[in-house]
Amino acid sequence: MKKKLGPKGRYTTVSIPVTLYERIKNLINDTGFSSVSQFVIYVLREIASNMEEEKISSSLTDEEKNEIIERLKKLGYI
Amino acid sequence: MVSRPHGGRLVDRTRVGSSLERLREESNFMEKLEVNEGRAFDVANIAHGVYSPLEGFMNRNDYESVLNSMRLEDDTPWTIPIVLDAEEKYIKGLREGDEVALSYKGKNIAILRINEIFSWDKKKHAYSIYKTTSSKHPGVLKIMGMKEMMISGPITLLEDPPEKFERQRLWPKDTRVLFEHLKWSNVVAFQTRNAPHTGHEYIMKAALTFADGLFVNPLLGWKKKGDFRDDVIVSAYKALLEKYFPKESYVFSILRMEMNYAGPREAIHHAIVRKNYGATHMIVGRDHAGVGDFYGPYDAWKAFEEFPDLGIIPLFIREAFYCKKCKTMVNEKICPHGEEDRIRISGTKIRKMLAKGERPPEYLMRPEVVDAILSFEKPFF
Repeated sequence: MKKKLGPKGRYTTVSIPVTLYERIKNLINDTGFSSVSQFVIYVLREIASNMEEEKISSSLTDEEKNEIIERLKKLGYI
Repeated sequence: MVSRPHGGRLVDRTRVGSSLERLREESNFMEKLEVNEGRAFDVANIAHGVYSPLEGFMNRNDYESVLNSMRLEDDTPWTIPIVLDAEEKYIKGLREGDEVALSYKGKNIAILRINEIFSWDKKKHAYSIYKTTSSKHPGVLKIMGMKEMMISGPITLLEDPPEKFERQRLWPKDTRVLFEHLKWSNVVAFQTRNAPHTGHEYIMKAALTFADGLFVNPLLGWKKKGDFRDDVIVSAYKALLEKYFPKESYVFSILRMEMNYAGPREAIHHAIVRKNYGATHMIVGRDHAGVGDFYGPYDAWKAFEEFPDLGIIPLFIREAFYCKKCKTMVNEKICPHGEEDRIRISGTKIRKMLAKGERPPEYLMRPEVVDAILSFEKPFF
């Protein structure tokens, strides 16, 4: 895996099949994506953040929530 | 369901009980670093999760990554550096691993554990963030006045900076519980730095029509000369919301955060912060966070295209104007009449009228809002 410092930050190289590369290249014509790399980064970021979100759960206990609700009542929000 | 915190976890750098007391005591024996109002509120924002996932002031890698890529080093979207500048002579002798007390107006408000001290290039910073180094840009001017070194590391809050509007200040933990309690799944955030005119009211109501609730979250803090003062903004919004919005449809809370006038970058930053408060959508209007002619009117809209993983949905709402034939506020999508029937709202013109003590016409600003503004002797910075 090669890492280099590009003009906009750090990048590394991943390999994808040439056929897929050509398919994406045709797919992104007139879509606003200027390169296959840009498209791949876009798609991977979206998928990665969806997968990360599924793993997260709420961190407040019921007791903490009740304390906050009482405070919000005193402030007139509830 | 409200938005997930940015980066996955709502940061909490506050302490309570005996642990807090012990840290306060220890901070009295530490080196002190006096911070200004803007940084003091940044400290509070970090500690209460407004800037999640940041746990402190940025180190060099995150800082440079934000300048170059609009992302933190771990690829999380982030567009405005959250940094602590310091004068070299005051930090001489400090090293990595040291703890210093951050002090505001003579009180220790936080402990900073230093992980890096580094120099920075003001011009590079200004150009990366503002796309200009012109001294006519208020954000650039602010940057040029900052100290020559950056000091980074996680903070632990000892005390919130004093807040005049304590009853109107909610933290992300509060709003998340509140939105859940109100059973709001779709929460639209409205960012503002102004007292509201009828164009703002139209935009908020247009968004609210499709959402469960509206989160009105004005920025208070340093702004450029000629902008509305903090207490004027709060009074003006109260006047508008109490009279013209159903009570159960909105939550009003202030946000202490300095304006940067960084246009597209700042629009993304505003969205990230509101995501941390639990908002699922954010209104992005014409020339969001812009100033003068430094950015195109819809540059901020384009900026969102680069962030498919932002986790909050921007609502691009067209510029509102008053149409003499429709006899109401409209936008170009819903008004068939020509430019000759349209009265464009200029915030600058309204401010000029108010500065002279003149009342803008009712179709531009609600009389209750005008009354609230004119009740102040000096409504502007």
